[in-house]
Amino acid sequence: MTKEVQLQAETVVHDKTVFMVRQEHRMLSLVSMLGILGVWELIARLGFVSPLFLPAPSAVIITGYKMALSGEIFRHIGASLWRIFWGFSCAAIVGTLVGILLGFFSIAESIGNPIIASTYPIPKIAILPLLILWLGIGEYSKITVIGLGVFFPMVINVYTGVRNADPVLIKAAISLGSNRRRIIYKVILPSALPMIFAGLKLGIGIALLLVVAAEMIAADAGIGFMILTSADLMQTTKIMFGISLLSMLGLIFSWLIDKLEKLCIPWKK
Amino acid sequence: MEAGHEGPGTKALTWIIEAIVRVIIEKVSKTYVDTAGENTEALRDINLCNEENEFLVVVGPSGCGKSTLLNIVAGLLPATSGRVVFDGIPDNSRPHTAVVFQEFALFPWRTVERNVVYGPEERGLSRQERQKLTRHYIELVGLTGFEKKYPHQLSGGMKQRVSIARALANDPWLLLMDEPFSALDAQTRTIMQGELSHIYEKTQKSVLYITHNIQEAVFLGDRVVVLSRRPGRLQEIITIDLPRPRHEHIVMEPKFLSYVDQIWEHIRDQAKAALVEENP
Repeated sequence: MTKEVQLQAETVVHDKTVFMVRQEHRMLSLVSMLGILGVWELIARLGFVSPLFLPAPSAVIITGYKMALSGEIFRHIGASLWRIFWGFSCAAIVGTLVGILLGFFSIAESIGNPIIASTYPIPKIAILPLLILWLGIGEYSKITVIGLGVFFPMVINVYTGVRNADPVLIKAAISLGSNRRRIIYKVILPSALPMIFAGLKLGIGIALLLVVAAEMIAADAGIGFMILTSADLMQTTKIMFGISLLSMLGLIFSWLIDKLEKLCIPWKK
Repeated sequence: MEAGHEGPGTKALTWIIEAIVRVIIEKVSKTYVDTAGENTEALRDINLCNEENEFLVVVGPSGCGKSTLLNIVAGLLPATSGRVVFDGIPDNSRPHTAVVFQEFALFPWRTVERNVVYGPEERGLSRQERQKLTRHYIELVGLTGFEKKYPHQLSGGMKQRVSIARALANDPWLLLMDEPFSALDAQTRTIMQGELSHIYEKTQKSVLYITHNIQEAVFLGDRVVVLSRRPGRLQEIITIDLPRPRHEHIVMEPKFLSYVDQIWEHIRDQAKAALVEENP
């Protein structure tokens, strides 16, 4: 049974959250990037600024192409990557182990925590002269300074991950018959994996920063070295190419770690 | 182990052959001492005996220490005084108890079947035995087809089924359940209660079950232990004389309701007092 109702003063309800809906402007992102490059190119081409200070993007690309052709750039990239690889991977492994020790064993925690708390704030690049004194000017001092930079965020993240392992999962494992040693690698380690990856992501950024800094202080190859010597020779296009290379390396590293994370943590949403 | 289906006669026979396993909780007390040195007495002088194949339910108002009691029996918490004894266990090849937690406590990095196989893995069983056990218990709780799913892909009810299968797969002498259904919605809870009752009738495991839900206690239990408010003391033990297998409809029967009423009479005032009490 329906009944006609006479409406008097109508007030329709509107969605008040309309402006909260986030829209994606993919084209806009692309266009603005290209626009900035275009304006930059135009300014350089029209000669408003001396190419010594602001070379055109096209000039930077051409320089990069030439360096690739001569093979010069690969020598620098190779040297930097080699240092990052060793420094980063050693520190990632050692940092994870130390983080687990500190998180799980109270004795290790009492000994290690104050040491870490007091050495963590030191800017690692400040130790480089000391490391050069101890280990020589060669690769070891550079790898070590990178390693130190990666070590601390690793330890602190892994430690936090271990300490935050859900106690009820540990209880469940105990009640199902796990002993202490097995709990470490069957419960604690997988619980800490997301934090381990958070540490790796932080660490790779620091590694990139430190490799450049170390190469600017003492090196005969590497991207940092290349940027510094190009500056001495006023080769601005080379400097800019070096900087864009670092930006690309940073993107590639975080992309790789993201991929690895998805592979290692398939249960993460 | 077909005892459950054949009635009391065969059940008695099984007892003679397999030796009776009893769990005796002897004068167990627990006092928590916090970092400020403040004492909280959670349990006082609990004497209980869980007979073989018995479904024993502990109810009480919030803060009566029922979870504390379960954790002590599981060996996950030390008692301040008293002891828990397992009598008649023929071999120590596996943990005496397995716990089903309110929070499910599934390992998020393991799929359903890898969660269920955890206990057999820790016991060092062979691959075939592990597979057989896993398949059996996954089927028992109705999770066939979900073996490869991760816990986060399952609903609460499904998660708790995994947890029950995981506990049973370790073949414990006593199954401990700590408010296993209280995180579920009311409809799922009703279904799960029915399923648990069915699983119990099929497996004839001894169960110690903690709940604050009186209907649930009467529906599931052979005996219901009523604890008083903090410090938890034994207030009453009520034998639930309802036939098994128990079906959902039993909750409408006068006898069921009178048990519920009887238990509520014991708890009501205490629960009211607990309501206005400050949270510790």
